[in-house]
Amino acid sequence: MNAITEKLLGMISDWKGAFQGAYNIREDGQCAGRQSSDNIRIENKPDAPGLIIHIAPGTKGETVYIPACVTHSNVDDVVYNEFYVGAEADVEIVAGCGVHSDGEEDARHNGIHSFYLKQGAHVVYKEKHIGTGTGQGLRKIDPITSCVLEADSVLEMDTTQIGGVDRTTRKTVAKVADRAKLVIRERLMTDGEETAKTEFEVDLNGQDSGVDLISRSVARDSSQQEYRSIIRGNNRCTGHSECDAILVGNGKVSAAPELFAGNLDAALIHEAAIGKIAGEQILKLRTLGLTEEEAEEKIIEGFLKG
Amino acid sequence: MLVLENIVWTLPTGGDILKGVNLEIPDGKLTVITGPNGGGKTSLAKIISGVETPTSGHIILNGEDITEFDVTQRARRGIGYAFQQPVRFKGLTVRSLLELAAGESLSEPALCGLLGKVGLCARDYIDREADASLSGGEIKRVEIATLLARRNLSLAVFDEPEAGIDLWSFSGLIDVFQQLKKDSGPSMLIISHQERILQIADNIVVIADGKVRMSGAGGEVLPMLLEGEMSSQCPIHEMKGRDCL
Repeated sequence: MNAITEKLLGMISDWKGAFQGAYNIREDGQCAGRQSSDNIRIENKPDAPGLIIHIAPGTKGETVYIPACVTHSNVDDVVYNEFYVGAEADVEIVAGCGVHSDGEEDARHNGIHSFYLKQGAHVVYKEKHIGTGTGQGLRKIDPITSCVLEADSVLEMDTTQIGGVDRTTRKTVAKVADRAKLVIRERLMTDGEETAKTEFEVDLNGQDSGVDLISRSVARDSSQQEYRSIIRGNNRCTGHSECDAILVGNGKVSAAPELFAGNLDAALIHEAAIGKIAGEQILKLRTLGLTEEEAEEKIIEGFLKG
Repeated sequence: MLVLENIVWTLPTGGDILKGVNLEIPDGKLTVITGPNGGGKTSLAKIISGVETPTSGHIILNGEDITEFDVTQRARRGIGYAFQQPVRFKGLTVRSLLELAAGESLSEPALCGLLGKVGLCARDYIDREADASLSGGEIKRVEIATLLARRNLSLAVFDEPEAGIDLWSFSGLIDVFQQLKKDSGPSMLIISHQERILQIADNIVVIADGKVRMSGAGGEVLPMLLEGEMSSQCPIHEMKGRDCL
């Protein structure tokens, strides 16, 4: 793999020169390294670019790494990855994407991930996105994530867009069965002229199913963001969504959360707050000796970490 | 020593809040400012910490005129300020706040020590966000702990530290103030109406209607407040029941 890929891997995954366990590294649309483990089998998808990842039932404590990197402009990489997680497995999946461009043309990665969690499976999914490079071409990342959670399964998604991505459209769709839980933590920061659209569509179909969706974002400079979500409570279920955004400079955020209760026992809640950093918060940190700029950075850093 | 010389603070809308306050806060002493609500106590604390800028007058810290210094500069000169109504932060943890106050990473025992002083069980709190999930009393105690975490503090200003704190924690807080005195900690300036805080004061200053009405040694001023003519103007509270407020 090339040096840019190595650098991007360090930013988006736990890369320290090697991965332990199962992994597949995608570089500019090609495989730059792959390894399966006894319990996690990674194969090429026969009908489209991408992978099929089989995680054996009962697999515990393993991590599979599926990062993708685009290292130059004029690349439009589309990948279809399918994850089949066996019953009672408890694993971590580290994905993420880095797009680097020093050229005039755009560089884009479009990762279409499908998760199928069997009964009782538990997955922690971590995904970091970042754009780097000095080229005029736009850095674009457009992930689509589809999740099917069977009974008693749990999917915890932790997604972060660190910065440098000029355009992103993120879509997550999930169907949640009996007693299954979907937990989503999204953190997004845009600056300059960047735009970000994020959309969630969750169907709580199972009895006592649940979703907890928290999106925190910071829109700086002249960047723009759009947040859309719909949670449908089609059974006795609990749904909570929260979208909070901080505006800095001329940042703009549009948020349109939607709830649909199709069952008398569906309990759905939405919270939303958009605004600039409160003056009192900056003042408090300044009384601790921070400058105004340092205080703002710390508040944003904490907000996006939380 | 902090010296306030003829401090005047007028609101942009025209109301006079402080009308020529002259005051000395001696080193190593606990000074309590008390007085009726709306008399200018919190305004004075904000003027000292740099949260507000006086319309006229001078603020001298250890011989240096800091009147034009902003909040950050004053904090770096060793002035600490615990807000009467603490600010909440979505995302910043209690640990982060205390570490920002200390200016360095803190070990778990150090965090436990700080939070223990204000009556919080550290392990339950250090990784919690300092946001709306904390009760008024909890966030108030965290606020006080941020001041205790500060290094090289020369003047600690506490604005009604007892507000919202339960009786048990209040007793602990009195111990903290007394220990700071014993350890030759920073000079302390406490805005309070509480008799137990007034009882441990080295000096008491009474402010009413934007002016210093009385000042002197605690042992001399407190009896006058409790029994003299000032008692009608200056309500002194005793801690009763579980909660102060």
